[in-house]
Amino acid sequence: MSMLEMRQVTKRYGHGPTEVNALRGVDLCVDPGELVAVMGPSGSGKSSLLTIAGSLEAPTSGEVFVGGADLLAMSRNETARLRRRSIGYVFQDFNLLAGLTAAENVALPLELDGTSVKVARRAAMLALGELGLDDKASRFPDQLSGGERQRVAVARAVVGDRRLLLADEPSGALDSENGEAVMRLVRAACSRGVAGVVVTHDAQLASWADRVIFLRDGRVADSTAAVPGPESLLTGGRPS
Amino acid sequence: MSVRHALLALLSDGPKFGLQLRQDFEARTGEVWPLNVGQVYTTLQRLERDGLVAGEDADDDLADGGPRKHFHITPAGEVELGHWLRTPPDLSSPPRDELVIKVLVAVQVAGVDVHEVIQVHRRYVVELMQQWTRLKADATTADEDLGFALAVDAELFRLDSVVRWLDAAEGRLRRRPVDVAAAPATPRTAAPLPMPAPRRRTGLRR
Ligand SMILES: Nc1ncnc2c1ncn2[C@@H]1O[C@H](COP(=O)(O)OP(=O)(O)OP(=O)(O)O)[C@@H](O)[C@H]1O
Ligand SMILES: [Mg+2]
Repeated sequence: MSMLEMRQVTKRYGHGPTEVNALRGVDLCVDPGELVAVMGPSGSGKSSLLTIAGSLEAPTSGEVFVGGADLLAMSRNETARLRRRSIGYVFQDFNLLAGLTAAENVALPLELDGTSVKVARRAAMLALGELGLDDKASRFPDQLSGGERQRVAVARAVVGDRRLLLADEPSGALDSENGEAVMRLVRAACSRGVAGVVVTHDAQLASWADRVIFLRDGRVADSTAAVPGPESLLTGGRPS
Repeated sequence: MSVRHALLALLSDGPKFGLQLRQDFEARTGEVWPLNVGQVYTTLQRLERDGLVAGEDADDDLADGGPRKHFHITPAGEVELGHWLRTPPDLSSPPRDELVIKVLVAVQVAGVDVHEVIQVHRRYVVELMQQWTRLKADATTADEDLGFALAVDAELFRLDSVVRWLDAAEGRLRRRPVDVAAAPATPRTAAPLPMPAPRRRTGLRR
């Protein structure tokens, strides 16, 4: 069963002369363990797709299932719990809480969900460590660089027992080394069975995915075929 | 990469036998840039002639009766290697890039959707990048292949720049929505890749 299933999802913002059709019938299934990258020009609907998948916004029409559960049939409390427990979300603008340290930000979703403070902090330190932030754990967001804040946001999204990881430009403020560290962490989460969707402009990041879909004007315009074994690169037979 | 300088580099960390050089050469460059191994011995002879390496017959002989030669780099060889490393390759003239040409031509050909052409190329390049990235993700568990990782990065950056150019080209074409192909053809026989005549921007910017 797919961890995320979107069927004929549309999203319209505004109405009349200001109407914007951000999504025009998107189908997307992501299996557990699968990492999908979404590419597309600015305004093509990438963030809209992700916020709907993460139950942060409702679609105008269509259906969305997370772990088989119908988002549209859920109460607010139920979607809130789903987001806290099962969905890791990296926002395009990080969305860290200013009054909490890096480690507290990362541990927060676990603590909210009833994990003991001690266990939550240990998980947080582990995730921060994998992104090279051990020494920044007790800093507040405004004491971190843009790239560091972004890595904290990624750590927060992968920590704990998430089943769906949604990341909107998780590397926007990162150099290539840190971008790679982020994608390794995301890949590691997927190899534990997490389903991942990463929105990015950056083809190098997208290339970590099992499948890349290309959005254009609110539609899935194209997608890559399954990644063949790497042998094909080294045997020379590269088409021109 | 020239075989000549590759051999000097291999000898710079200590003397080696010819056969060993051949094996090292293959091991270090073969996977990413397959090169002609047959050239190794003739190149060694020329390097010796030019005084950049020196060979001595070793005491033991090869099975076929010939002497085993032991090569080391000379001071002149080290100077030559240092000079080569610091000489930038000639990047002044753009390479003839077939993909660029195809997109430029697609803009001109009537009835062809240039955006579709761009997407076909973009998808192909991203698929290649996925394969290289898969290699990189698998490789770094055994981190002795530093050279390999660097070479894979180089390839990824090169392909990435292609995707970025395609994105930029698409944006540029979108901002300039006049259908060039459908416009009345101006006779322009001589130039194979004419620059589009400057047109007044239509007010369709989004
Ligand atoms: N809350 C909103 N109200 C009105 N229009 C919106 C709203 N959110 C997004 N849009 C519009 O919907 C379209 C898709 O926006 P979206 O944020 O999904 O694009 P995107 O692909 O994420 O772009 P970017 O790469 O710039 O982040 C855009 O035209 C945008 O202006
Ligand atoms: Mg966005």
